[in-house]
Amino acid sequence: MSTIPGRRIIMVTFLFFLLLPIYWLVNMSFKTNNEIVTSMHLWPYQPTLANYRTIFTDESWYSGYINSLKYVIINTVISISVALPFFNLYSAINLFDTPWAVALAHCIFNVPLAVWILEGFVSSVPREIDETAFLDGYSFPRFFVKILIPLIASGIGVAAFFCFMFSWVELLLARTLTSVAAKPISATMTRTVSAAGVDWGLLAAAGVLTIIPGALVIWFVRNYIARGFALGRV
Amino acid sequence: MSVTLDHVTRTVDGTAHIRDVSLTLERGTLSVLLGPTLSGKTSIMRLLAGLDKPSSGRVLVDGKDVTGIDVRQRSVAMVYQQFINYPSLTVYENIASPLRVQRRPKEEIERRVQEAARLLKLEPYLNRTPLQLSGGQQQRTAIARALVKGADLVLLDEPLANLDYKLREELRTELPRIFEASGAIFVYATTEPSEALLLGGNTLCMWEGEVLQHGVTPKVYRHPDTLRVAQVFSDPPLNIVGIEKKNGSVQYAGGINAPATGLYADLADGAYRVGFRAHQLEVANGAAGRHAFSATVTVTEITGSESFVHLHRDSQNWVAVLHGVHEYEPGVTLHAALDPDNVFVFDAADRLVASPKSIAFSSEVPSGSREENASNKKNA
Repeated sequence: MSTIPGRRIIMVTFLFFLLLPIYWLVNMSFKTNNEIVTSMHLWPYQPTLANYRTIFTDESWYSGYINSLKYVIINTVISISVALPFFNLYSAINLFDTPWAVALAHCIFNVPLAVWILEGFVSSVPREIDETAFLDGYSFPRFFVKILIPLIASGIGVAAFFCFMFSWVELLLARTLTSVAAKPISATMTRTVSAAGVDWGLLAAAGVLTIIPGALVIWFVRNYIARGFALGRV
Repeated sequence: MSVTLDHVTRTVDGTAHIRDVSLTLERGTLSVLLGPTLSGKTSIMRLLAGLDKPSSGRVLVDGKDVTGIDVRQRSVAMVYQQFINYPSLTVYENIASPLRVQRRPKEEIERRVQEAARLLKLEPYLNRTPLQLSGGQQQRTAIARALVKGADLVLLDEPLANLDYKLREELRTELPRIFEASGAIFVYATTEPSEALLLGGNTLCMWEGEVLQHGVTPKVYRHPDTLRVAQVFSDPPLNIVGIEKKNGSVQYAGGINAPATGLYADLADGAYRVGFRAHQLEVANGAAGRHAFSATVTVTEITGSESFVHLHRDSQNWVAVLHGVHEYEPGVTLHAALDPDNVFVFDAADRLVASPKSIAFSSEVPSGSREENASNKKNA
């Protein structure tokens, strides 16, 4: 892979542009305002810690960081405390590290979402259609399969799309509930980072392959989604 | 077969939708439920179909109590005001649907669907889905489905209300003919008096959840039991004026005195209300024997072949219908005239005491044979 010409150059250029604003941010943080507006240097000529001192001594500044930290920590604790019981439960019933483990855990989030989306579609079906079907003699299962499902097909498409997307990108539960056998691709991708550095080519290839199923799903449900987004509760 | 509502009341959240209605509908008859919006037409239909349960009272089919029996066990078909079809099925499958559920043999389904499609002129569209059809074709599909089922009770809830004028005319003349052959009980709800007259059969005049009068359509039209029935069965709205009869003359409210001729002759002295439909009010310089008024034009509506002249007289608004195009400027004073032989007179309790003498009708609730209605329609 390293034989592809220019690969390193493109990667370095990309990283350079990506990191440049960050370097510039750090650089400026050690300058005085006077130096920032009057001259342009790649590094501070008169380095100063005054900016950082302001932030750490002025309460209106540092309380902002504390607030942010608070809710991030609370959020993390809640997320993990949701994930951990699954881990315990699944370990106890030998579901741990199987696809079922993650699938069932994702249901917790996907089922309410799907119900919420589909409810909008089902309630947009006129009551008269139900009644006509029952007057025609349809039993409920037959009505459901022959009449209702085709009517809310676009809703099913939209709900499937959202469930797929959530499940596909979800990492927290997937990592907690699997170790080796049922490990998701997003977790496996972290293997490209090793002591020897990052295997960029491998990571990129994995990324491309990760996009394909999502693209396929969108391709198949795209007609339903266009209608579904316009009609239902999305 | 017959369907009977026996002292049926339906109350929803404390509001009475149907108040103590008793009626019997016989096989092979067409009954028109006539009444304004919210008068309970749809509620009656849903009770007859078994889609709703009465709060009290019974629903009987051939004398057997079917109150609370599932709609799937009953032989009922219904056409709604909205065009209700199965959007995912083709027109053919839509019409065939009740037969498929009944597990009829293939050849029979084919034959009956083609027959219904021919009757309702749907043959070219059998392979389309309902959403690819016009409104009229969609409603014809719904009617074909109701027809093909061969139900004993067919309910048509304002089936033509959402169609354009021309289609409505066309279907309105076709419907009685189409359903006549099947021998079922037909119930047709409408808000339009003219529709009831064109369909013939029996009319049940409805107001606020009650059946005010049930009888042969032309009889209800010509001999409304009460002022309310006359109002429901009049479009444009019934014109009303109060009178006081005394010593052989009548005093109209607003101060016109006239000799008590015509229908007024036999009235006892007292206060009455006189009702007359738009076509009973003449706009002319009264011929001999007419009671003349002067009234102010408020607006004139011209439909093309008829002119509706809205008049204001002594705090009352009247409407007169004239043949041909007549343009009267608002504010103009016109001479209006009433034929004392051609009015409805109601007593203090709003009960009919005199109506134009034309054809005598038997007072019992008739079965409504078609020939009789056809001849009545001509005279209506």
